[in-house]
Amino acid sequence: MSAATGVKAAPARAGGPRPRSARAVLGGAGLYTATAVAALLFLVPFYLIVRNALATDAEITGETWTFFPTDPQWSHIGELFSDPSVPFARALWNSLVVGVGHTVGTLLLCSTAGYGLARIPYRYSRAVFHLVLGTLMVPAAVTFVPSFVLVSSLGWVSSLRGLIIPGLFSGFTVFLFRQYFLGFPRELEEAARVDGLSHWSAYWRVVVPNSLNFFAAIAVITFINGWNAFLWPLVIGQDMEYWTVQVALSSYLTAQTVNLHLIFMATAVSVLPLVVVFVVLQRWLVQGVARTGIKG
Amino acid sequence: MATRPAAPVAPPAGPPHPPRRPPWPWPRRAGRRPAERRQALTFWLFTGPFLAGLLVFSYVPIAWSLWLSLFEARSTVTPTEFVGLDNYVTMLADGDFLRSLGTFTVFAAFAVPATFALSLGLALMVHRVRFLKPFFRSAFFLPTACSYVAASLVWKMSVFNGVRFGLANTVLGWFGVDSVAWLASPEPPWYWLVIVTLRLWLQAGFFMILFLAALQNIPQELYEAAAVDGARTGWQTFRHITLPQLRATSAAVVLLLLIAAYQAFDEFYNLLDKATWGRPPLVYLYNLALGENQDYGLGSAGALLLALLICLVTLLQGRLLGFGRGADR
Repeated sequence: MSAATGVKAAPARAGGPRPRSARAVLGGAGLYTATAVAALLFLVPFYLIVRNALATDAEITGETWTFFPTDPQWSHIGELFSDPSVPFARALWNSLVVGVGHTVGTLLLCSTAGYGLARIPYRYSRAVFHLVLGTLMVPAAVTFVPSFVLVSSLGWVSSLRGLIIPGLFSGFTVFLFRQYFLGFPRELEEAARVDGLSHWSAYWRVVVPNSLNFFAAIAVITFINGWNAFLWPLVIGQDMEYWTVQVALSSYLTAQTVNLHLIFMATAVSVLPLVVVFVVLQRWLVQGVARTGIKG
Repeated sequence: MATRPAAPVAPPAGPPHPPRRPPWPWPRRAGRRPAERRQALTFWLFTGPFLAGLLVFSYVPIAWSLWLSLFEARSTVTPTEFVGLDNYVTMLADGDFLRSLGTFTVFAAFAVPATFALSLGLALMVHRVRFLKPFFRSAFFLPTACSYVAASLVWKMSVFNGVRFGLANTVLGWFGVDSVAWLASPEPPWYWLVIVTLRLWLQAGFFMILFLAALQNIPQELYEAAAVDGARTGWQTFRHITLPQLRATSAAVVLLLLIAAYQAFDEFYNLLDKATWGRPPLVYLYNLALGENQDYGLGSAGALLLALLICLVTLLQGRLLGFGRGADR
């Protein structure tokens, strides 16, 4: 396939540096200007977070716009973590636990289920698949009232269990895994099976090691969603001790007194880890979104 | 016409083939039982844990709230007073619930087309750009890492802060325009601008990636054939080649955007904390079921009505746009 596209692309490439009409040059300049302006606009909120986090309140509320604080107030970081009204360090820890728990649990449960549905012929596998699809029709957020009822009667309100476990059973992720495994080359598994491996060990020793890209993509997406989730943690984390970062941030917004620089430092600290994860793992993320989004 | 080169690749249509079943004495009848049982065991080994969780955490709650919705259930999840369909009647007659559906409709009517257009536009731009392409892609995609809460904070406290030092008001000030109270007043409804731009910023990059992937899959020959046929580049090729080729992706994007719009909660809750306007269904349900009254009966009835509505819209939209057939082959 690559050979074919290479041949097709060749004539177009050869014509690349041809003299371009004034209109084309103008169009190109317009394209770059528009893209650059849009990109700058998209980055403005990040700039605001950093600027306000490091500025004094006087600079933030000043008469004229301060482009960047002349004397960045790094002490705001210490102030944030020693603020007694919001246990921010604890909230960061909770979010990390929830994010990692979600990711590991989802990968384990949903990938095996997706594989079973895709590859193991069984009388009731269609029925099971329909059960999974049925939950896709009802977005999870709508069922938060019923889920809360269940989780509260299990006594899981204000607990890490309550934050993590109910979110692990995503029909959508199983669907994505099933679609992925349907396209997985059968020959690899069959070779393993001929060598005497059971389905289970063939799965762990052959299928999973050959699917790490897809697993990584799902992992990044799941982690980001877990870290950024708000409604469920708000409902479940009623004790301050079980606040996640998002609930803590939200508490600043609804608090009586507004402490601008602290709010923005909290935002910066909550967003920064994800920006790092994001930039480092972008390759997998882009692949994963492109692939899963289209199939979803 | 232009799709010609792709046609021979497709396998010949199915009808002439007989059903693919082995001749009559099917092998699985006699003596195969243990193997079949092992197969069943393996199947449950793979799917059992997930399925058990799905039943407990998805189906049980739905069934439970179906039951709760038929009872008077304030601050209790084991009610005793059966009220029949009263909760549903109350919800459907409740002005606030209906208004929340109206809020959702306005919201979706603005947010879905705007996000669709912007993400497609960004994808077309990034697709054509050569120089600095990865930078531009990352810049647009980066907001995906941000949460709705963090974005709400920035929007409420900085960009659309109603006082003079907010960014939007600062920029307006440069042009001599008076400060606008973006969120503090429903008249004029500037809060929609705040809410829709927030969602645009958070979502556009994500859907841009979907469109970019789809754009890269459009065979270049289509454009070459069109050029040979004398089509002008620009609007004409976009209208007659690009858009039709993006049909499956577009249908998926519209569906995902609609579902996301239904679930809108975070930014409304955080931006319009104490406001009495601009309450979408989930905020309304949250206040009903987890607010002062803790009315699980009404809350369940409302949640089920909303779920039913979403199902209907999803199915209808699937019919209209042919989602699932085109995207999934």
